Amino acid sequence: MVEGGASPSTCFKGRRLVRRFAVALALGCFAALPAAAQTVQERLPTCLACHGENGQSQTPDVPSLGAQQAFYVTVQLLMFRERMRVVDPMNDMTKGLSDADLQSLADTIAKLPAPRPPDGPLDDARIERARALVEKNHCNFCHTPNFAGQQNVPRIADQREDYLVKALRGYKNNSRRGYDAAMADVIEPITDEQILDLAYYIARVK
Amino acid sequence: MIRRVSTGLSLAGALGLLATAALAQQQQTAPAQPPVPPPAVAPATPAAPAAAALPPGSPLIGRPDNNAAAAKLAPVPSPPLATAADKVPLDKLKAPKGFNIEVYASGMPNARSMALGAKGTVFVGSRLQDKVYAIVNKDGKREVKVLVSGLYRPNGVAFKDGTLYIAELSQISKIDNVEDKLDSSPKPTVIYSDLPKDEAHGWKFLAIGPDNKLYFEVGQPGNNVLHDKDHGQLRRMNLDGTGAEVIATGIRNTVGFDWNPKNKELYFTDNGRDWLSEDLPNDELNRITKVGQDFGEPYCHQGNIPDIEFGWGHSCSEFVPPVALMGPHAAALGLRFYTGKMFPAEYRDEIFVARHGSWNKSKKFGGDVALVKLNKDGTVKSVEPFITGFLQPDNNYVARPVDVMNMPDGSILISDDWNGAVYRVSYGSKKLAGR
Repeated sequence: MVEGGASPSTCFKGRRLVRRFAVALALGCFAALPAAAQTVQERLPTCLACHGENGQSQTPDVPSLGAQQAFYVTVQLLMFRERMRVVDPMNDMTKGLSDADLQSLADTIAKLPAPRPPDGPLDDARIERARALVEKNHCNFCHTPNFAGQQNVPRIADQREDYLVKALRGYKNNSRRGYDAAMADVIEPITDEQILDLAYYIARVK
Repeated sequence: MIRRVSTGLSLAGALGLLATAALAQQQQTAPAQPPVPPPAVAPATPAAPAAAALPPGSPLIGRPDNNAAAAKLAPVPSPPLATAADKVPLDKLKAPKGFNIEVYASGMPNARSMALGAKGTVFVGSRLQDKVYAIVNKDGKREVKVLVSGLYRPNGVAFKDGTLYIAELSQISKIDNVEDKLDSSPKPTVIYSDLPKDEAHGWKFLAIGPDNKLYFEVGQPGNNVLHDKDHGQLRRMNLDGTGAEVIATGIRNTVGFDWNPKNKELYFTDNGRDWLSEDLPNDELNRITKVGQDFGEPYCHQGNIPDIEFGWGHSCSEFVPPVALMGPHAAALGLRFYTGKMFPAEYRDEIFVARHGSWNKSKKFGGDVALVKLNKDGTVKSVEPFITGFLQPDNNYVARPVDVMNMPDGSILISDDWNGAVYRVSYGSKKLAGR
């Protein structure tokens, strides 16, 4: 285990905190960690402290990584390392990692179990609206019909709803630049209301 | 400008088709080409009815609905990391007898267009990364440096009189005395930014003509779209960014051009539209003989196929036809006339074209560097593969060529954005770069 590693429970408490403290909390997960000179196996618990054990994130705004496409993870880690995507604390976390480290982390993350949808009753009206949006905007063309993704296109099935909202809003307001332009193009006609419906549905795919 | 075409069209078209047919025999990946110019193709399921909901730049516009084979096709993403030096698949690349191919440099993810500095530095742009790389050659040993970071789709690079010019998605900048600043992270100075910001076909090729002007394209902002006066064209301007003008229109997306050393005519590749059919249209090799020529996109493809949507009310004879057809969905990108003396005389002043390779085709096509031989009048005599193996018989890429460049010793370099590498092709007994 990593010296000074935060226990997952530090992050679990975040569920009870209001959203605006989420980033600060996520940072807190790593506060005492040395950043460099670790093997992937040594480093992974640090990642999972916030991204969640077993592929499922319990931290607000932090994505679940389970069964994510290795290609996509590699691209994101590269973008963090090269600061093509600037997000605390990921730029620091990837600093100094070699290409082989990125690849190895991505391969390991891809093998984590897929996240599961939250329990509870479904809002059928929202699901219906979102399904129509998926059809209309062809989300399933690239993300595939079960939203498992392919290569550079991420798995989004059963991703955290708050993270999906954050990601889609980021593409919409251009604060998140993609490796290629696919999402910037696709998100253009989608309203914020529609983003909320899409995220609700995709977070609950059975 | 409109040019009437009579015999030119059928001759060039037939030559191109024959050339492609010849190619088909040599490459198993090529589909058989009809011996005569085909009629307009009307797919059983034309543009998907729901396609209007896709953004204008999406490569998926026009994909037929409910077609399992079409649903498998999408742009093939290049690996985001450069291939380690000892893993670059050099043994898969094949050159004609007597030629050598070696790795010149590696470790440049998404290596794209190339330019040569006066002191021998090779500058390499990238499309998906934010960097321009510099390959420094010192005593036969080469070192890759990151020259500039934080750029946005810096695909185009050109060099003249000590200055490096860089074309990003929507601006062009320069670094003076760049070869004296290779280690000091120089900041480019923007010289031109009157450009659209469209992502689709927004990345640029950049070259400096014999008239000492910068040439660059503004592609059509989508697969097959009617465009405004700011798109679908080739522009040129002075080296300080002034005096920009449009010199050719009707261009969908060219990512490579060069000038015939004999008569200074400009030749450029143009990538044909997607989703018309598996085997059509071909990419084009075009020649500008007069400023203002219109090459037909999106009304007419490959000189003889009126577009099924935009072709109505137009005739292909309104437009300048290509001098050669480069293969279906082949992604013909960088091209250079061979001006060196190392290769046999038959290669002199002929054209090397990097065919990046198709995505919009079940059995992929391209993935080679083609040799285009010209007749005395500048029309095309033949198109044949020169360096092959980028596309393997199992229909997968192991490498993808983007640009070609002459080196002072007569060898040529080829960039590969799949592995983030640059190859050197030489002729004769082991004229390797390290010696």
